[in-house]
Amino acid sequence: MSRFLKLLFRNRLAGLGAVVLGAIVLLVLITPLLPLQPPNVTDTANRFLPPFSEGHLLGTDHLGRDLLSRLLYGTRLSLAVGVAAAVIAATLGSAIGIVAGFYGGRVDNVIMRGVDMLMAFPYILLALAIVAALGPGLLNALIAVAAVNVPFFARNIRGVTVGLAHREFVDAARLAGMSNARIILVEVLPNVLPVIVIAMSTTVGWMILETAGLSFLGLGSQPPVADLGSMLGEARSALITNPHTSIVPGVMIFLIVMSVNLLGDGVRDALDPRLRSGALARPKAVTDVRREGAVPQTPQKGLLDLQELQTQFHAGGRVFRAVGGVSLHVKPGECLGIIGESGSGKSVTALSVMGLVASPPGVITGGAVRYDGTDLLSEPYEGLRRRRGRNVAYIFQDPQATLHPLYRVGDQLSEAILSHHAVSRAEAEKRCLELMRAVRIPNPGSRMRAYPHELSGGMRQRIGIAMAMANDPDVIIADEPTTALDVTVQAQILALLDDLRRERGLAIVFITHDFGVVAQLCDRVAVMYAGRIVEEGRTDDVLALPRHPYTSRLIDCVPELGGGKRRLEAIPGLPPMVDDLPPGCAFAPRCHKARAECTAGEVDLGVTGDRAVRCLYPEDAPKREVAE
Amino acid sequence: MGRYILKRLVSAIPVLLGISIIVFLIMAAIPGDPATAILGSYATPENVERLNRDLGLDKPLIQRYFIWLGNVVTGDFGRSFTLNRPVLDEILDRFGATLILAGVSFVLCSVLGILAGVVSAARQYGVADKAITFVVLIGISVPSFFLGMMMILLFAVNLRWFPVSGMWPIYGTRDIWALLDHLVMPALALSVVATGVIARLARSAMLEVLRQDYIRTARAKGVHERRVIRRHALKAAMVSIIPVLGIQAGFVLSGSVYIEIVFQWPGVGRMLVDAILTRDVLLVQGGVLFVAACYVGFNIAVDVLQSLLDPRIKT
Repeated sequence: MSRFLKLLFRNRLAGLGAVVLGAIVLLVLITPLLPLQPPNVTDTANRFLPPFSEGHLLGTDHLGRDLLSRLLYGTRLSLAVGVAAAVIAATLGSAIGIVAGFYGGRVDNVIMRGVDMLMAFPYILLALAIVAALGPGLLNALIAVAAVNVPFFARNIRGVTVGLAHREFVDAARLAGMSNARIILVEVLPNVLPVIVIAMSTTVGWMILETAGLSFLGLGSQPPVADLGSMLGEARSALITNPHTSIVPGVMIFLIVMSVNLLGDGVRDALDPRLRSGALARPKAVTDVRREGAVPQTPQKGLLDLQELQTQFHAGGRVFRAVGGVSLHVKPGECLGIIGESGSGKSVTALSVMGLVASPPGVITGGAVRYDGTDLLSEPYEGLRRRRGRNVAYIFQDPQATLHPLYRVGDQLSEAILSHHAVSRAEAEKRCLELMRAVRIPNPGSRMRAYPHELSGGMRQRIGIAMAMANDPDVIIADEPTTALDVTVQAQILALLDDLRRERGLAIVFITHDFGVVAQLCDRVAVMYAGRIVEEGRTDDVLALPRHPYTSRLIDCVPELGGGKRRLEAIPGLPPMVDDLPPGCAFAPRCHKARAECTAGEVDLGVTGDRAVRCLYPEDAPKREVAE
Repeated sequence: MGRYILKRLVSAIPVLLGISIIVFLIMAAIPGDPATAILGSYATPENVERLNRDLGLDKPLIQRYFIWLGNVVTGDFGRSFTLNRPVLDEILDRFGATLILAGVSFVLCSVLGILAGVVSAARQYGVADKAITFVVLIGISVPSFFLGMMMILLFAVNLRWFPVSGMWPIYGTRDIWALLDHLVMPALALSVVATGVIARLARSAMLEVLRQDYIRTARAKGVHERRVIRRHALKAAMVSIIPVLGIQAGFVLSGSVYIEIVFQWPGVGRMLVDAILTRDVLLVQGGVLFVAACYVGFNIAVDVLQSLLDPRIKT
């Protein structure tokens, strides 16, 4: 609860709303104690006195009644009616929603049909119809406003309850022999309560507004008693001659509704966990670059050179060092594999190259990414955009999520071409057909007009590859392109990539967690752990003689076809969180060879020839023979 | 596509029947009997009874419903006793005015709302975003009737930019310019709340979409950020914006009641309020039913639009 209040008041607007609303509520609570004139006593000799008149701070209305007094009593009434309507609507609506969601089946069907019928009405129209039936009057207006809001609560709460009704703890309660009524009260209700509170806090403002509206129309509170709406309605005929009688109640309605809305939004944000860490921040067009140290000036090694790259995520006051100083390079026609478990930083490394790390929360804090010698991190947006897809192209993991669901694949392909070449649409489409043939898509003409959801996973990934090939890039970064595919399709896609590389002299950076794939495709491999490279070398060498204990454990995880039965060794433990890395080797806690020195201080990447390993006690005995 | 529209039209029939039942039941629940209301409290019991029989009110509820439904389907909504003319004639006379007001407001709130939401999301936490968020916050908190009154005070009385009220000039020609002159203020006042609601939703829908993987794909292939926002993100966000447009259309259509009262606009809303105050039951019944049916029709149009946008919806 105190966490909730802290979150609520961290939101300055919500705090403002709470203060304004609190002041209004306090004022109307003590209204009967204040030395005010009676609100309903007419004094026609003193009609329409302006504000700040003797004895009438806000002036008087068309019957000479004191406006301040009427305002405070009217506010009392409006608030009471609005809140009462909200409570009634929330209680009834939630009860209906819980019953429908909990019992499901026919009960649910019948109830929800009825709710749909009510929701088919325009909101205010239904309220009018109900008031028409019951007759004008404040109580009837309250009933009408509450009634039209019941379907809203019923539908929302039903949705949440359906999700809960099949959860383990509900099943457990059922098995324990609890009655349905008790399950609803003890297990379901506490879980839907936050949703009810959110729904209420976001609708109570509307309900106050709607009751005021009905009163404004003369269908709510009846003379001489007035709520804010009827005060405004009565003042309307004198709008032009004596505007203050309209402005006073109108501003009060506005203040109440605004403060309720501000507070309601604050409550929603504080209770909705999705918004807690600012997860809804939009990723910018380019990752933020805030380099702390000097830009490394290492001589060029390959076409694409990553030098001491550091990428961090700043979220909720914590800093996650996703990439902690990675240096890599790839030459034309070469395939470099980056391998590691999930969370090792391999994808973030790859996305940093073209500034595609979601930012916020991502920030590139150090190092350089050089393409043919130019530092991409200091490139302005337009320059970087021109290089995206043309110098360095990406193939992403799950083509179901990475292709736009609402555009035909042909259009998505031509767009890649049209983004970099001023050619006609027809020309772009011709290119598309060629590309689709190049990635061996049968019937490219008709496939072009298909939407992503109409294609198989393998076909979608071929589209992804064609899209990457569209502008003849020199480097392709493939981020687990086969992970979402089944094994036979995976083999086809790998063969395709390998062919394209040989035909076009492409440099490929291939990210995977599977040493089997690395063995098949990559010339060199870099092993990443906790945001750093722990071992690097020619694929054959690394496979034959892994020197870092992590690498050798990772290789042991790969089952071998025809290799006979052997124990598959899982690596004990989990990779560390990268916001609080211990000093020294990050793998030490999971390593069977770890000694005290391993965690004493920084372990450097020791380079010998084209091999590198970050370990104080590297393995040296050959693990197994390589078939020559 | 034709089949899909037909399917949606057919599926609207039960909804319309449900609406008719609800309207009928609400009106049947009115305490006191209509005959007394029509004849006044000085009527003799014999006259009341005779009128009740003439009106068919002595029959069972279900029978009365089907008789009433049969009449409604054939276009007979009954006769308004206060206006002494057929209910349908009165509704049709007035519906045009409401349609113009609500239609223009709906276009205004959709265009302005989506525009504001997109700009807000594209410049998240920037000056434009903060300004829009602030204006939207005020917009959704102002009662439309109060806003309308203040607009009259400022733009009609003080600045004399627009006429105070009405739909047509009392003297002078009734052309499109005269209509627009009268329409500006009521249409704006009516659209403000809906604009705010749509802007908020459009902003959060855009922010949600911008985090999706396919946006990263578009960026990775070198699509310009302007196009990423205006095409890729907006198109995907529209999938969640369009249903809300449908809901807001209902708000605008029925919210026109307040605006018609404030601006003396000769529409269905004002007719309904007058009918409720004079207890003209048949007029209320007919008006509510007619507007609700139009709204159902509008929602079908929204569904069709949605299916055109999103190929994943089975047509």
